[in-house]
Amino acid sequence: MFTDQNLDSVDMMVNMGPQHPSTHGVFRMILWVDGERIIKVEPHIGYLHRGSEKLCEAELYPQIVSLFDRMDYLSNFNNELVYCMAVEKLMELQIPERAEYIRIIMCELNRITSHLMFYGAYGLDAGAITPVLYAFKERERIQSLFEAVSGARMMHNYINIGGVREDLPEDFAKRLDNELDQVKKGIDECDQLLSKSELFLARTKGVGQISGADALDLGMSGPNLRASGILDDIRVTEPYSLYQQFSFGIPVGSEGDCWDRYYVRIAEMRESIKIIEQAIKIIERGPVKTDSTKFLIRPPKGEVYVRAENPRGDFGVYLISDGSTKPYRVKVRAPSFSTLQALPHLLINSYLADSVVILGSIDIVLGEVDR
Amino acid sequence: MPKRVMDKDKKLTVKEASICLDNRGELLKSLLGQFFTDLVAQIGASIDEVTLTVKPEKLLQTCKILKEDPTFSFNYLRCLSIVDYISRMEIVYHIYSMENLHKMVIKTSVTEDSPKVPSVTSIWPASNWFEREGHDLFGVQFIGHPDLSPLLLYEGFEGYPGRKSYPFHDYDEW
Amino acid sequence: MTFLNVIYLSLLVLALFTFLLIVVLILTYLERKTLGRIQMRMGPMRVGFHGILQPLADGLKLLVKEDILPAWADKKIFWLAPIVVFIPSFMIWVTIPLAEDLVLQNLDLGLFYIVALSVLSVIGLVMAGWSSGNKYATFGGLRAVAQLISYEIPLIMAILGVAMLVQSLKLTDIVDGNFVTVTIDGHRTIRNLAGQHILPFAAIQPLGLFIFFVSGLAEIGRTPFDIHHAESEIVGGPLVEYSGIHWAIFFLAEYMNTFTISILTVLLFFGGWSWPEMPTTFLSVLWFLIKTLVVVMIIFWIRGTYPRLRIDQLMSFAWKLLVPLSFINIIITGIFLFYGWPFWSLTIMSLPFLLGAFYIIYKKSSSYTKHNTVQVYPAKWATQK
Repeated sequence: MFTDQNLDSVDMMVNMGPQHPSTHGVFRMILWVDGERIIKVEPHIGYLHRGSEKLCEAELYPQIVSLFDRMDYLSNFNNELVYCMAVEKLMELQIPERAEYIRIIMCELNRITSHLMFYGAYGLDAGAITPVLYAFKERERIQSLFEAVSGARMMHNYINIGGVREDLPEDFAKRLDNELDQVKKGIDECDQLLSKSELFLARTKGVGQISGADALDLGMSGPNLRASGILDDIRVTEPYSLYQQFSFGIPVGSEGDCWDRYYVRIAEMRESIKIIEQAIKIIERGPVKTDSTKFLIRPPKGEVYVRAENPRGDFGVYLISDGSTKPYRVKVRAPSFSTLQALPHLLINSYLADSVVILGSIDIVLGEVDR
Repeated sequence: MPKRVMDKDKKLTVKEASICLDNRGELLKSLLGQFFTDLVAQIGASIDEVTLTVKPEKLLQTCKILKEDPTFSFNYLRCLSIVDYISRMEIVYHIYSMENLHKMVIKTSVTEDSPKVPSVTSIWPASNWFEREGHDLFGVQFIGHPDLSPLLLYEGFEGYPGRKSYPFHDYDEW
Repeated sequence: MTFLNVIYLSLLVLALFTFLLIVVLILTYLERKTLGRIQMRMGPMRVGFHGILQPLADGLKLLVKEDILPAWADKKIFWLAPIVVFIPSFMIWVTIPLAEDLVLQNLDLGLFYIVALSVLSVIGLVMAGWSSGNKYATFGGLRAVAQLISYEIPLIMAILGVAMLVQSLKLTDIVDGNFVTVTIDGHRTIRNLAGQHILPFAAIQPLGLFIFFVSGLAEIGRTPFDIHHAESEIVGGPLVEYSGIHWAIFFLAEYMNTFTISILTVLLFFGGWSWPEMPTTFLSVLWFLIKTLVVVMIIFWIRGTYPRLRIDQLMSFAWKLLVPLSFINIIITGIFLFYGWPFWSLTIMSLPFLLGAFYIIYKKSSSYTKHNTVQVYPAKWATQK
């Protein structure tokens, strides 16, 4: 935009307040704009701060799983998995193989639902009102599977320390096959609707670009980092659970703009389906939790840091135990927290109308930003 | 409100978690031993992470070497946590190298009376909000940080809720 | 003008107003049902049989809702703004004919009158934005002004193209003249070719149709051009502080404008109530309304499918693509009329430009997708550094 240095203009402060249809949660962003260009950004968080980390110090180890459910409320299984892996690493527990496969299947299904939610919300941010309903139709299919397995559509409390809470229902494999067929077609339909649409491309291509080195410096992770060209996936570089057995691809973008961040997630959904299909074939009958969890869980003294690939990035749990039944300190490293730090870098010198599109593309969830 | 059950009433032996570093970890530990002498830092391990304990004065220098030296090239700060052991407060940095694919932990300790630590935002810009959160919840001063305004708590909040000394179960007004 | 005349005219205006209100109510219901079906859901189903009474429920709710006046707002202008937006939209209808003899006042300057009045509602939007005392509203108001003024020019030029073909600005003449023109003794006259209407202007001036429809969409502020009251960004733009009956008037004006643009499209380009000609007045009105309904459905369809454009992309689309195209339209129409070529020559002359415009749009978007910027790598590459 043309700005004449001789013109005396005043910057306008626009407050995208905590209540706004597009800030993906209670998040406040104060923007200073000069015409339509953004000059300064000041994000304000903390509206959803519930003190989860401090609460963990007062609860027994198995009780904390439901706290972790609620941090990133769109990818519950993934959060539970990281916490349970942390405690199991401290206690050196061996998980039965069937439980590991079940965990992987649930986590990958949750990845698909999380990315579908992103897709729907992103369409709304760009102005298209139809994709959100297509996405939610597929999401409903998977959530009915969740309900069959754990009893709840969202806050499952299913992945426990030592395994999973209950075995899968008898007809799960058949249902999963049916639903996956439909979900595959649904994802293709969603892709066709929005990805190559000229107006969507005009809104997202070249917008909010960030280079790989900058993204690394600022702490981005997960699909945001992969869209900027860095090939890094914790499931591969530091494998956890049984991910080494599966063959899947890693989508990597090259431009680092909003479209790449969007399309990396669409491609990731397809890779997740591949993992689920492989897992459901090799899963065998067996126990789903270890016996040593029948008694009070009392890990040895020590500390451990475990990380996993959440749909939003690199979710880490730093667990310090002092040998008692309640943890000494639990610190949660939430990927959206670090990604939100990069927001000023992304928004400065872009248009006001793009702020919503850029904020939507980094896919934050305020539950884990604020904990 | 029921009082917290004190575990020290039961006399149970508390065992420590065993250390099991993998190949990368062992290599890293030996490399660290060559670069940093015991006077500057203490090198240890905890389960599967190599730990390096430094004093706050030597922190920036250590971190700079760890980031820029090509044998280490720790260019990704994963997490910055603050732990309140009652006698001291420990600041823990979990770092990772994208090129060499190894990870480690840096720890430094400060006392509760004067919790001042140099800020590493000049080395890893990703630590910006972590340090703000630490200051907000624990009261640790990060010297050299661009802007230490409260992040998670509302303005006018008194006290540091992250510390163990913050009253957790004795709410008078509830 | 006797007193009886005045009473008679007022009754006619009242009847027109009632007709328009009923049409707007039906349009709101239709939009919700159509959008619902596009989104794989059913739309309103509870109020009445399949939601038929939904618009009445909406209207009732808006009537009894509290009309909030913000503390910082400029009270008089705040109150006036919706009326300034609504009245020109309604006054246009004075001269729009529904059949050969079913028009309130068949002005000789029909098209000119319509164009002149449609620009007036822009002032209303600015008044609404400015007086709300809200930064979002101001932003929205200014964006609305920029958008609406930019798209007036292609709209007027497209209308001018049709007027040139018909040699008159009277709306009934345009429908009558929706057929082949020939020369007699070097004079251009409009002559009926064996009394039959052959081709609507859409076939003769496809470029004009495209420009008129797209500019019309932008004029009424509908997706993909609804940035000025974008829901997800500036939450309503100039209308953000309005509630209750004031908002209902804005709403009314928007749907009335939608209907106006559809009716004008059919009138100017698709033969109005003719093509084919209907025996009675009632049937021609019905046929006219059916054609208008099709255009309205297309407008709803576009709303359900596309995201919205950013304001600067919108403006560059208007100024860099539509304005030159509209000038070219006028030039080739002029050439056609001057040399007296047969009617299909205008089609042949405009088709390359129309296809050229589509090609430019296609090229712009395919330059983005020539090679997919996202590649899928096998997993083990991540560990081989």
